[in-house]
Amino acid sequence: MSTHMSTPMSQPAGTAILTVEHVGMRFGGLTAIADLHFDVHEGEIVSLIGPNGAGKTTAFNIMTGFLKPTQGRVLFRGQDLSQTRPNEIARLGLARTFQRTSVFADDTVRDNVLIGLHRHGDVALLDRLFPTPRGRRAEAAVRERADAILDLVGLATRAGEKAGSLSYGEQRLVGFALALAVEPKMLLLDEPVSGMNASETQGFVRLIRKVRDEGVTILLVEHDMPMVMEVSDRIVCLNYGRLIAEGPPAAIRSDPKVIEAYLGKSAAKLEHKEPVHA
Amino acid sequence: MTRFIAPLFLVVFALVPLGLKDPYLLNALIITGILTICAMSLNLLLGFTGQLSLGHVAFFGIGAYVSALTALGFDVSLPFGLRITHEGGAPLVGFVLAVALTGLCGYLIGRLSFRVRGAYFVIVTISFAEVVRLVALNWVELTQGPLALTAIPNMVLPVPGLGDVALRSKMQNYYLVLAVAAVSYLVIARLVASRFGRAMRGLKENESLALSLGINATRTLTVAATLSAAMAGAAGSLYAHYIRIIDPDVFLFSYTVTMVIMVVSGGKGTLAGPLVGGILFGLLPVALRPVMAPEAQWIVYGAILIAILFLMPRGIVPALESLALRLRPAPEAKSAAKPAEAGANP
Repeated sequence: MSTHMSTPMSQPAGTAILTVEHVGMRFGGLTAIADLHFDVHEGEIVSLIGPNGAGKTTAFNIMTGFLKPTQGRVLFRGQDLSQTRPNEIARLGLARTFQRTSVFADDTVRDNVLIGLHRHGDVALLDRLFPTPRGRRAEAAVRERADAILDLVGLATRAGEKAGSLSYGEQRLVGFALALAVEPKMLLLDEPVSGMNASETQGFVRLIRKVRDEGVTILLVEHDMPMVMEVSDRIVCLNYGRLIAEGPPAAIRSDPKVIEAYLGKSAAKLEHKEPVHA
Repeated sequence: MTRFIAPLFLVVFALVPLGLKDPYLLNALIITGILTICAMSLNLLLGFTGQLSLGHVAFFGIGAYVSALTALGFDVSLPFGLRITHEGGAPLVGFVLAVALTGLCGYLIGRLSFRVRGAYFVIVTISFAEVVRLVALNWVELTQGPLALTAIPNMVLPVPGLGDVALRSKMQNYYLVLAVAAVSYLVIARLVASRFGRAMRGLKENESLALSLGINATRTLTVAATLSAAMAGAAGSLYAHYIRIIDPDVFLFSYTVTMVIMVVSGGKGTLAGPLVGGILFGLLPVALRPVMAPEAQWIVYGAILIAILFLMPRGIVPALESLALRLRPAPEAKSAAKPAEAGANP
């Protein structure tokens, strides 16, 4: 959808699922985000880009309730998230992955996903303490669901291994599987392909497309520019906590402000896919 | 392998009194059993959620006093001319009330302190235990203070066909403790394997990630604290009706320390850990007593504790587990053993 936009600032059709309304975040004297304002529409894949320190992860932390904005507010499906705690936001259907610590390292991959399926299989205390048919059915359903998610992300063969012993790229997939386990309406992915090689990245792009086609809206922060350009319907670009451009990949690629702030300095580096760490 | 420890213990300890007629040893086993229940309850918090309760004895002591006072009855005047008189009732009612009220205490402490957790929870629990001890010592009208509550009746259980049976002999009390310990173990085992147990593990390992998955930290920890306190309260009730005399010393900090030693040496966060640690450190004084002077006993006790923590920093049960993995010749054992070793020295 929304591939035929004429101007960078035009909005695609569809209802906004997430609205970032004039959000500002100050840490003491440091302004991490100033007056950030954009929408994400249902079914879109939107990327949030910008140089290191531009405020992308801070924006994620605000959207998922880990930080309270000092100004403005975030609306998810029309609901104000200002007073909502992270676990409640997950329950509303807005899930996220993390840039670094993204798995329960001491647990097996399957147990990770089972922890992620916390929202499912809730039964009464008695069904939990005694092996009642209802408790057993719920547990079996949750395990089936876990295996389905592991199949989807391609980790079925790794289910019995400790998550901490997997390669970094595979751990990113476990983090993604955890977020999927929340059965979100919308997913926020913080540098999902960092640490993945080219073929893993290609596989991941197919995976997010598949997830999007099942009706999950996606907002991602990523430094891998070829991947961002390939997968995004729309791109939002930040610099020094301010929004400097918004539009489809083609428009962003040629936007002078973006080139100056970001691509201009480091385009050559990014073309060679050198990993950039925040 | 370690999953057979608990059933094995149950069978062995169910058979022990049949061949053991020495009342001194039976008494030691009963006290050890009661402390092991406390250790299991502490492990639910310390081992599975990572929250250290250094006032766990408070729940034990409250359970003992509630149960004893329910059975004995009391007559206290309160401010504003209020006066509460209780005639005394069935010890079993005392047991139920002890479990309910200590559970409530655990809930309130959890609500108060789990928003910030960590060191704050440790301090709140220590203070709580000390405050409760001072109340028990000074509210003489209710608790008799240092004069102690005496002549507490034995537990009375309704037995089908026999009517109400008072558990007067050591043997009867022994099996009661064993039964409560088995039930406590099963409750914890079921919880840990359930969705609730996964939530606790998630919070302990990576709280931000757990929150992002919709796990409610405050509620999960509060439920764990409630259940943990209720179990310690049950142990306190068993203690009161077995020993039949309690004074404010049931709130001594050294009991908490003993529970922590049992959990940490056995292996916190494992089901069998508090059983192994509890029985080892519960019976160690009994084993040392005939062979050495009292002063030397405590030195050896300390030396053994230090040796265990030095050689098996994660506890006896996890050490046995990695040993079993290493001994097993299966090819998958190698890959599974590596992360376990890496995890030992984070």
